[in-house]
Amino acid sequence: MAQRGIREFHGKKMMANYWTEYLPNLAKYDGKIVLVDPKTDMNELAKQNPWLKQEKLVVKPDQLIGKRGKNNLILLNSTFDEAKKWLNKRMNKDVTIGKVTDKLTHFLIEPFIPHDKNKEYYVAITSNREGDAIYFSAHGGVDIESVWDTVVTIQVPILSSINNIKIAEKLPKEVPEEEKAMVAEFIKGLFKFYVDFGYAYLEINPIAMTKEAFIPLDTVARLDDTAQFVCGNKWGNIEFPAPFGRRLTKEEKFVKDLDEKSGASLKLTVINPSGRVWTLVAGGGASVVYTDTVFDLGFKDELANYGEYSGNPSTDETYQYTKTILDLMTREKNPKGKILIIGGGIANFTDVAKTFTGIIKALKEYKQQLIDNKVRIYVRRGGPNYQEGLKNMKDLGKILGVPIEVFGPEAHMTSIVSMALKGNAGA
Amino acid sequence: MSNYKLFDKNTQAIIFGYQQRAIQRMLDFDYACERKNPSIVAIVDPTRDGYHKCFWGPEEIILPIYTSIKEAAEKHPQADVMVNFASFRSAYPRTREALEIDSIRTVAIIAEGIPERYTRELAAIARQKGKWIIGPATVGAIKGGAFKIGNTGGMIDNIIASRLHRPGSVAFVSKSGGLLNELNNIVSRNSDGVYEGIAIGGDLYPGSTFIDHVMRFQQDPDAAMIVLLGEVGGRDEYDIVNALKTGKITKSLVAWCIGTCSKMFSAGVQFGHAGAKARTDLETADAKNKALKEAGAVVPDSFDDLGKKIKETFDKLVKEGKVKPKPDREPKKTPMDLSTAITEGMVRIPTHFVSTITDERGDQPMYAGVPLTEVVENGYGIGGVIGLLWFKKELPKWGTGFIELVLQIVADHGPAVSGAHNAIISARAGKDLISSLVSGLLTIGPRFGGAIDGAAYWFKKFHDEAKEPKEMVDDMKAMDILIPGIGHRVKSVINPDKRVELLKKYARENFPKTDYLDYALAVEKVTTAKRDNLILNVDGCVGILFVDMLNSLGFSKQEISDIIETGALNGLFVLGRSIGFMGHILDQKRLKENLYRHPWNDILYASPKKEEIK
Repeated sequence: MAQRGIREFHGKKMMANYWTEYLPNLAKYDGKIVLVDPKTDMNELAKQNPWLKQEKLVVKPDQLIGKRGKNNLILLNSTFDEAKKWLNKRMNKDVTIGKVTDKLTHFLIEPFIPHDKNKEYYVAITSNREGDAIYFSAHGGVDIESVWDTVVTIQVPILSSINNIKIAEKLPKEVPEEEKAMVAEFIKGLFKFYVDFGYAYLEINPIAMTKEAFIPLDTVARLDDTAQFVCGNKWGNIEFPAPFGRRLTKEEKFVKDLDEKSGASLKLTVINPSGRVWTLVAGGGASVVYTDTVFDLGFKDELANYGEYSGNPSTDETYQYTKTILDLMTREKNPKGKILIIGGGIANFTDVAKTFTGIIKALKEYKQQLIDNKVRIYVRRGGPNYQEGLKNMKDLGKILGVPIEVFGPEAHMTSIVSMALKGNAGA
Repeated sequence: MSNYKLFDKNTQAIIFGYQQRAIQRMLDFDYACERKNPSIVAIVDPTRDGYHKCFWGPEEIILPIYTSIKEAAEKHPQADVMVNFASFRSAYPRTREALEIDSIRTVAIIAEGIPERYTRELAAIARQKGKWIIGPATVGAIKGGAFKIGNTGGMIDNIIASRLHRPGSVAFVSKSGGLLNELNNIVSRNSDGVYEGIAIGGDLYPGSTFIDHVMRFQQDPDAAMIVLLGEVGGRDEYDIVNALKTGKITKSLVAWCIGTCSKMFSAGVQFGHAGAKARTDLETADAKNKALKEAGAVVPDSFDDLGKKIKETFDKLVKEGKVKPKPDREPKKTPMDLSTAITEGMVRIPTHFVSTITDERGDQPMYAGVPLTEVVENGYGIGGVIGLLWFKKELPKWGTGFIELVLQIVADHGPAVSGAHNAIISARAGKDLISSLVSGLLTIGPRFGGAIDGAAYWFKKFHDEAKEPKEMVDDMKAMDILIPGIGHRVKSVINPDKRVELLKKYARENFPKTDYLDYALAVEKVTTAKRDNLILNVDGCVGILFVDMLNSLGFSKQEISDIIETGALNGLFVLGRSIGFMGHILDQKRLKENLYRHPWNDILYASPKKEEIK
């Protein structure tokens, strides 16, 4: 539940679908655009969208990737056949942008719009605590940071209306006088669209201005997904793609499915499968703190995963979750042994003994693998029924065959991290 | 109250949402704190009004429930806090409503998932009106020895373990509600305890921010030092940095931002909180920790040392004489809930009910130990279910078949019999289905339908006492009792009752043994010799065959007698005939029949004369 990026395709479609409602006096952006994924039948696509074969095209990946031009990921002014060839070469292939590598799976195709390069504007709307800010520059189509001094900012306070703001007067002088009214009208309409549709970020760079029309060429957008219940019906059938570079392993996918089916929260990100330090932590905040602490104590190369369980998961859910982690951590032996941190803060209302039941069941099942991998376990937890939960863990320690150190609220939350790591520093 | 204090020992709140557990937890905290009055004056629930019963220490008190915030506030103008438990869908309008009411100064919003635009609007309205919003997406806040919002602080034993039932000197503010409990623990172990702890919530735009609360603590002479727990994402921590730099914050401030690990995730990770994502370098936890440290805050190297830094800072203040540690005291003991005591095996109480036939507490109802799905999948049928629920016995196919045969046979015997007649008359008087059915059922007794039990009883008795059939007939006559189950108004030896024929045929073909039926037919021979309509009738046959069935199933003689005594056999007639009665009732209603009135000419009026009754 937060701000989440949407595909450029969906952002533009949304604009096209509601254009006349918000910009009745400006020529309609027709929303000629298609999304191509690995399953798309290109010939069928061309049949349904005859313009693909009639017009010159632009093709680019649509996976929340920035700076596509710089990374040579835009095909301009091409024919349909050229576009097909270009796509074939890239579809399902890995590409590295900065430090992030991921597979290209989604592309958009839209008509190539010949226009006056001097009429490429920049417009963006962002939100802040006090209201929403509109950014406008007559120098679009370039990295906006490099021309930031040409950008005008119009802040619209949260409890006021854009109707009370004289936008035309605030536009930069590069916009010709006779066009100012039209640009102002566009900005006003776009702003209302932004507000009504639950956007949290919308950047069009550039937007091409032709004689009487505005055409968004490159769009980046984020929606506030908590606004789903207010404007979800206007969004249509959109998806929130995972950020570029977030490729899920089989185990991460398994936990994600578990999470989606459950009312509780179960998260797993594997950082380094050969890492020696694994965490199994209750609570969103606590899990971050534990991961931080491993990191801050200088063991970042040893940290294997980030993850958390919270929101009162069932015994079976914690069992499945624990099994997934135990399976991962016992695949590859390390002569120095491994560490499992079963951590958590002081729960408000989660029954600690109950959630530990599933964890204990999984630990018992992995007894031999834990011994073989020389795993040492550190437990810290507080909250309802924690005494019983900790006692069950201590009892388990007597039969599991690997050392388990158990602590309650009397120990600082992250003290088991330093205990585990320092005890291990010489090894 | 000064404007930098949001709560004190007299603060009272209205709770929006019928959150019974949170309400009790607040009251338990109040009691442990030795507050004079409960911190809740009223509950608002749009779907109900009335009263809520809850505990104040060992005693019960009632809190009024209203359907509107306005009404609650008008009746209880002393309440200046509203704890808003409304869902993410309705939290916005409810909070707006509360902000419009003059007497309400602070609204705590618990729900997670409120659109950012809504929260920003609420925050702006609150600012305009000089009011406070805590949250959304938070557990709330707690003020040591004074007041707590909703579920903050967890269970009462945890609150006492963190010494929150009395004030300390350390004020803290955190984003995370989940870590608030942990902070209570850390602060209480490393200082004289918590003065006030606030969790502003994990959203990107919380209703009140770090700086709002830190500046309150700065002004409040009772807060000796301040702790800040920030996190990756957003820039609100920089307000603190600026306030430190410009000298607006002069009290000792220990600060830490969590999420330093975020730099490991190259694709950008969204942690649990909506606001917990760094979109620029400035928003990383590292950058914030560095800036805070440079501005003069006490910043540990990791969360691990947070407690140590708090202790050092607090001890230094004590040493310098700037703060006098607040005393400890024993909390006023809150009695344990019976349910908790039972769960923990501390008490035992005798139950007031026993049930030996069903258990509905698991995934599915169990009929005499058999899960419902098995009942359905294995085709127990109505007969099998009666076997389980009435006799706690898994009946063989021939047994369930017999029961179902009986139910079909007794289902109806036309509109003229007295039971059906009564049901029809009631239905025509406009009574509902259940009343009309009951009216028919109440007719069942010794003269109508009730002969099944009687027949079973008497035939079994004489059979078991090894009396000859003739002896039975004679003994009954001597006792002046008509033999139940013998005799029919129209049927006779030459005109046998088809229903009895069906039952006898079924028993002969399916029952392992029919000792009682054989005995009854021998008795019938004796009675029909006297008059040919003194045949074994349908009631008698059902009753006797039932005894045969139980006998074949291995029930002891005493057990069978006990079953007869409970009225179970009559139950079979009641169950079967209810089908017919309901048929008649539905029929009458379909026909829209009017109120029945018996004609005068069908009544003999034979009242005594006035003189005769003197």
